[in-house]
Amino acid sequence: MVELLDIINVGLFAASLRMATPIAFASLGGIFSERVGIINIGLEGMMLTSAFTGVAASYFSGNPWLGVLAAVLAGGLLGLLHALLTVKFIGNQIVSGTGINIFALGFTAYMSQIIWGSRGASESVQGLKAVSIPLLKNIPIIGDVIGTHTPLVYLMLIVTVLSYIVLFKTPIGLRIRAVGEHPAAADTAGINVFKTKYLCVMVGGMLAGLGGAFLSLGHLSLFVGGMTGGRGFIALAAMIFGRWTPFGALGASVLFGFFDALQMRLQALGLFPPQITLAIPYIITVIALAGVVGWLKAIPPSDYKPYVKE
Amino acid sequence: MAEKIRELYTEAKELLPRFLARAKLELQRILPQTIAILTAFLAGAIVLLATGYSPIEAYGALIIGAFGDVFGIGQTFTQATPIIFTALAFLFAFKCGLFNIGAEGQLLVGAFAAALVGISFDGLPPFVHIPMALLAGALAGGLWGFIPAILKAELGAHEVITTMMLSYVAFYVTAYMVNYPYKAPGWVPQTPLIASSAQLPRILQPTQLSASIFLAVILVGLTHYTLQKTTFGYEVRATGLSPTAAESGGISVKKEMILALVISGAMAGLGGAGEVMGVHRRFIQGFSPGYGWDGLAVALVGGLNPVGVLLAAVLFGALRSGGMTMTRVTGVPLDIVIVLQALVILFVAAPMLVRYLLKRGGFKWWSS
Repeated sequence: MVELLDIINVGLFAASLRMATPIAFASLGGIFSERVGIINIGLEGMMLTSAFTGVAASYFSGNPWLGVLAAVLAGGLLGLLHALLTVKFIGNQIVSGTGINIFALGFTAYMSQIIWGSRGASESVQGLKAVSIPLLKNIPIIGDVIGTHTPLVYLMLIVTVLSYIVLFKTPIGLRIRAVGEHPAAADTAGINVFKTKYLCVMVGGMLAGLGGAFLSLGHLSLFVGGMTGGRGFIALAAMIFGRWTPFGALGASVLFGFFDALQMRLQALGLFPPQITLAIPYIITVIALAGVVGWLKAIPPSDYKPYVKE
Repeated sequence: MAEKIRELYTEAKELLPRFLARAKLELQRILPQTIAILTAFLAGAIVLLATGYSPIEAYGALIIGAFGDVFGIGQTFTQATPIIFTALAFLFAFKCGLFNIGAEGQLLVGAFAAALVGISFDGLPPFVHIPMALLAGALAGGLWGFIPAILKAELGAHEVITTMMLSYVAFYVTAYMVNYPYKAPGWVPQTPLIASSAQLPRILQPTQLSASIFLAVILVGLTHYTLQKTTFGYEVRATGLSPTAAESGGISVKKEMILALVISGAMAGLGGAGEVMGVHRRFIQGFSPGYGWDGLAVALVGGLNPVGVLLAAVLFGALRSGGMTMTRVTGVPLDIVIVLQALVILFVAAPMLVRYLLKRGGFKWWSS
């Protein structure tokens, strides 16, 4: 019992924020997509592809920031594919997303073998170095939790604030939300519905790409097959839990990140079989999702029907 | 004589356009899927070329591996068997308007439950033991479908997320079981062999093809019959087409959703039981290379109808069995098979895309 309590310390909360980062990025990506009426089940695959692309680019260039850039581009490309299939060709959103997920699984494993000759993991590459925020890190406790992280953690916090401002405090955000809530009315008001949808789904893919880059370049400095481990789906749960708002999603991501960090520490402790602790984040996600939708009544921002011009 | 010929001629002249129209209709029905498969293979060829492999050699080895001899054909059908189960699982839930993307997890818990019954009893006659183990598989899979079903029906939790999360839980729970309480001696995480009285007979030695394939085919017929000819099937489809209309028509949408997802899970669980009882004779951690995802692809490529599923499952079984030969002979990583599968799904996802490609290619007659 003493050992169990020992793992609850400031380090755990710093780790929670770290593990919340990929979920929060993908979750913000999900918000941009769903706010224009496109469900994005493919977040998981976009993250995985970006995690791989980021490592590959860092491996060949030696520069992790080029890796991040490549990861964002890869996510954006898959976002474009999802938008093409669901907006232009009115394909089923969930089927398209699932296709992207399976594509990511196969493509990254295939390319891993081509580049590194191993299906399981890549070679170690140049990852992102942690930075300390000068004044912040000196504050007791708070400094320990948020003072020193990879830059992507801070970028995630900035992007969350920016997303909130863009979506809820600017005319652009008003247009985005109008497209999701009532595309026909938005069209009548002179908003380019299709362009808005394309852009938002692509931005969503790019954000998921940042989440993937965090996992492979910020957290591990290598690519491991299937390393996203369902975080794209957990991000969707965080999005719903946060009622399709950036700060809500961030809060939910931190909650899920906490259980992910807790799980890792329990595993390191070795008191329980690893398979049991590994299952914890998924069980928590199901419980959280059931709880929030059931008792707090989260209403989606769109009916997700494809928009066909009259 | 001349009279007779003229009669036949006029009859043929009348029939021919009707026959052609019918043929066109049938071809149009399977055309999007066919084009999707062909386009996927074409895109896969580009990936192969770009990574330094010869697509002709790779695809050639794949086809010869899958259909070249009796062994290959046996392995193709062996691989197709669990895919038929998971495809029917996806299809049944889909007809009710639900996306069960967690067939993989339902298959795993079903497989483990069957293995548990298989190793727990000794000396039972096969006609008792086999149904018991199959039933255990179906029940466990059904339970794994019931959890997201009740969460969806009562609380509105999106089944795409919950079924996926529960797949991970199923993976880790079964992994725990075969690493700790039910681990066979040795370093491989697997259960001991199940009793011979719980084993399904192999029907094409030396391949692993087992009697499980008969169950799969029976289930195809049963699914078709249930969906098309029974009141329950009608209610399921009505719910899938429009829940609000079904509700006002006196159908309990909640009940239909729960039943459909439980049955869907049970089907996948049964497929897992078949793998344990017929192919591996034990539960081995990681025995499924992703049959749950194959099932989703097969259900879509099969045009979401049970008979189409049968054909598409053979194609995907061939990809799996021929893929192994391809990897052995040409060194192409096996994962290209998953890439092909994903490409097929993406092309099937948007039938309009296929129509667009056909129009662009000048095939107006087909796309009209």
